[in-house]
Amino acid sequence: MTLDAQVEVRLGTLDLDVKLTVAPGEVLAILGPNGAGKSTLLRALAGLVPLDSGRITLDDHVVDEPATATFVPAEQRPIGVLFQDSLLFAHLTVSENVAFGLRARGTARADARRRANAWLERVGLSKYAGAHPRTLSGGQAQRVALARALATNPRLLLLDEPLSALDVGTRGDVRRELRRHLQSFDGVRVMVTHDPVDAYALADRVAILDAGRLVQVGTISDVTAHPRSRYVAELVGTNLVTGTVTEGVLVTKAGARVVIADAEPGLSFAVIRPQAITLQRGAPVDTSTRNVWPGRITDLDRLGDRVRVHLDGPLPLTAEITVAALNALALRPGDEIAASVKATDIHAYPV
Amino acid sequence: MPALVIAILAIAFFTLPFVGLLWRAPWSRAWSVLTQESVRQALWLSIRCSLWATGFAIFFGVPLAWLLARVNFPGRSVARALCTLSMVLPPVVGGVALFFSFGRRGLFGQYLDRWFDFRLPFTTWGVVVAQTFVAMPFLVLTVEAAIRQLDRRFEDAARTLGGTRWYVFRRVTLPTVRPALVAGAVLAWARALGEFGATITFAGNFPGTTQTMPLATYLRLESEPQEALILSLILIAVSFAVLVGLRDRWLGNAPAPTSAAAGA
Repeated sequence: MTLDAQVEVRLGTLDLDVKLTVAPGEVLAILGPNGAGKSTLLRALAGLVPLDSGRITLDDHVVDEPATATFVPAEQRPIGVLFQDSLLFAHLTVSENVAFGLRARGTARADARRRANAWLERVGLSKYAGAHPRTLSGGQAQRVALARALATNPRLLLLDEPLSALDVGTRGDVRRELRRHLQSFDGVRVMVTHDPVDAYALADRVAILDAGRLVQVGTISDVTAHPRSRYVAELVGTNLVTGTVTEGVLVTKAGARVVIADAEPGLSFAVIRPQAITLQRGAPVDTSTRNVWPGRITDLDRLGDRVRVHLDGPLPLTAEITVAALNALALRPGDEIAASVKATDIHAYPV
Repeated sequence: MPALVIAILAIAFFTLPFVGLLWRAPWSRAWSVLTQESVRQALWLSIRCSLWATGFAIFFGVPLAWLLARVNFPGRSVARALCTLSMVLPPVVGGVALFFSFGRRGLFGQYLDRWFDFRLPFTTWGVVVAQTFVAMPFLVLTVEAAIRQLDRRFEDAARTLGGTRWYVFRRVTLPTVRPALVAGAVLAWARALGEFGATITFAGNFPGTTQTMPLATYLRLESEPQEALILSLILIAVSFAVLVGLRDRWLGNAPAPTSAAAGA
């Protein structure tokens, strides 16, 4: 199964125009902020929102193409969808929920029940077969919803923020479970999420969606190492600088100079990892570090035993230091500080 | 505090008429009235007609409620107003309107008569039509409100699982709005059971065919007030039993009904 889609949908203020191809056995994560059009994209693939123009093909089968008035409704597409809030039917038992898709497609009651129970066993919830969904925890409900989505043996599995409604404690468990089932599923999988952690854990490739457009598509390591927009850089938690390189020095629009060890001349991106930045009070003397920029601390974000220090200046940066270092330097918002990075720690690539 | 006093006055307002009724009831004659052929006829006719009317209200009202809630067509609010007009209309006016459209000489009734040899006025089916006419809006409004409040993502989920629109309606939408459907059906049934004005205008007052309990009660009030009292008590008992019986079992998490049951 290959998914090939040119999705163009205009809905209210959203103008979605996305082209994507997903290979058999691949997991594609669509990552983007709220309102970027992620859910609409997924709903279009599912057949719940018709395209305005473009085309969606599954293998060589066209399921939506306004130009030829082709539209296969959701119930006739070989899909399974896992929604954010599980959306289990409250008036049915857990087993009946899992059997719903089979029954809707005409499987006899006894056979549907047997297969539903086999699925419940696979997600480890056999003993809840006769229970009502409201008695389940959020994580259990999402596992039942996964069994329900997979029970019809779909070729295309769509996951809409599958973990974001769960609390932090269960999220990890369900993520591992999801990973296991996604691996044993050989169709195409497309997952929408706003959490990069989900994308890292579950996907082979990521597509970054912003304001209805794909701004970057690639493997996770590629996107992390070579972000091509400020948004992507922020998402993966790194600093992105844009400017023109001449003789090993990148100059930004604001005039900041960044010395880079092996940079090709021309318009370039440069990635400065927050962990590579050293902070100190007063300019360093006798140092091998080629880059020293003045800056003022605007904000401090504590993440466990690390602190993210946001700096404003000719070159706005985010540095990551330990709590111990923060305390030793007694840093506070508003402090003037010097940030330094070795030229060999900066990675540049053409725009 | 003033609110409490007013609320207690309201309770008294609803309770005192029943106290009066019970106080004045000629209990010694109750059995002989109950076993009268004409009374049993009227009661049986009332129950049959009101159940038929409730059945028709469900059969036509649920699709209508779905249409009003879900399909965005021009003139929807006008359609809703027309379909619920009979709820606020004086029932006699409804009866007159039915008479001039579905009566034997009526605009449409004449063809029923000529082509199918079928007459509604002054027949039991006329009673059912009159009751359905005034009772259905109660069901439509209740079910429509419930369908509107439904989280449509559940239906989306059912569609992605392979359910056709009709399958999803039966297996997901209807079970979800069931409390509202039951509430609406009870309201409609109560309205049909109490229907007087439209019935007597459109269907007349023939013992055994169109004389329902409210009609029988009203007529006896002039000739046999004691019997009228007992008939009233029977109607109260039947209504009260159904309301109490259903409340706990079915209406547990029903949305608040949009309007109260009314009797004519």
